[in-house]
Amino acid sequence: MNLSEYLTVVLLAAGAVFFLGGTLGLLRFPDVYTRIHALAKADNVGLGLMIAGLAVQADSWMVVGKLLLIWGLVLLAGASVAHLVSRGALQRGVRLWKR
Amino acid sequence: METVTLLEWLFDGLLALGLLWLAWRALTCSDLIKAIVLFITFGLLMALAWVRLDAPDVALAEAAIGAGITGALLLAALARLRASETSGQGAGHGERKGGTLRCPRWLSMVVVLPVAAGLGSVVWSLPPDTGGLREQVAANLETSGASNPVTAVLLNFRGYDTLLEMIVLLLALLGSWSFGGAVVRHEVEPGGILDTLARFLTPLLILVAAYLLWSGAHAPGGAFQAGAVLGAAGVLLLLAGWRHRTGRVTLPVRLALVVGAGAFAAMAALLFVVEGQLLKYPPTQAGILILILEIAATVSIGITLTALFLGGKPRKEKESQ
Repeated sequence: MNLSEYLTVVLLAAGAVFFLGGTLGLLRFPDVYTRIHALAKADNVGLGLMIAGLAVQADSWMVVGKLLLIWGLVLLAGASVAHLVSRGALQRGVRLWKR
Repeated sequence: METVTLLEWLFDGLLALGLLWLAWRALTCSDLIKAIVLFITFGLLMALAWVRLDAPDVALAEAAIGAGITGALLLAALARLRASETSGQGAGHGERKGGTLRCPRWLSMVVVLPVAAGLGSVVWSLPPDTGGLREQVAANLETSGASNPVTAVLLNFRGYDTLLEMIVLLLALLGSWSFGGAVVRHEVEPGGILDTLARFLTPLLILVAAYLLWSGAHAPGGAFQAGAVLGAAGVLLLLAGWRHRTGRVTLPVRLALVVGAGAFAAMAALLFVVEGQLLKYPPTQAGILILILEIAATVSIGITLTALFLGGKPRKEKESQ
């Protein structure tokens, strides 16, 4: 294995940690707002690290561009949907969780 | 290499078990919204399964149509069902919520098990090493006008299948329209975020649809995937509160709805006269003819899917409301 392959492995593993954390948060956190908070980490940072890991292995800049476009679209959609879901929950009167 | 094969087996096994489990949960779940979410998840995993089977065209279609558009249609249908239940119109559906049919379960087993056994035995008795029609397709690919074998089959060798599919789609829309009108109005104001998202994504989705359409000639993609992306743009615009000024189905919309089936039928008739056979393209012009058909089909599929999302023929909102 050369340097770029090590880099890919490290980045993918780091991304997987974020996805694991996001999934655990989605399953274990007490209310909709905190769950969205956990999920956004997996979508944004986790996917970003995965994309970075894959971009290191890409053959051409074209592929890197496509990967970055995917990440940008997921960022946009994730942030918007998180906002919409939490606003919908607020409008329906879902209370914020308090210890 | 050994560990890689083992990991692949593990991944495929988990995928297959996950699919079965999701399908079972989606069918038996009594909460309808949960069942829809499970169905969408099933569609996404199914797309992954198609990728594992080296069928990226089917995977794209499954993700865009099976999971995306069908999921949106189911959610829209559920919202209308709930609205009609709360307003008392749907008093007859009171039992629907439990998700239990009055038909005894063993009866469905009696029907389903022989069918499953028959299908299984057919699959089992298939000769193991046939390439199907792969060789014939590869041999005639040069005259088909497309270098992507899937597009060559869908638009050329089996073009009449796609012609009939366009008509089925049109009939589905006419069926949904014949059930009555959908009063088009938004229950809540969409708000700035959704509005901005729709404004940003719509041009991009149109671009992606054009890309999928164009790349369908030589790579995975094509009219159905592109049409589904256009349909997604339409659904997004509807969700963001975009409405046609008149609230009616205007002539351009009607034309866009039928242009796919119409272009196919016209092309079939023309080629029948010129070449003496339905949808038999002259090899030199096959590429451009297929592209024309695909553009027409994409527009029709996109507009039809958007119209289906409305859940009925749009009619004008009453002035009193």
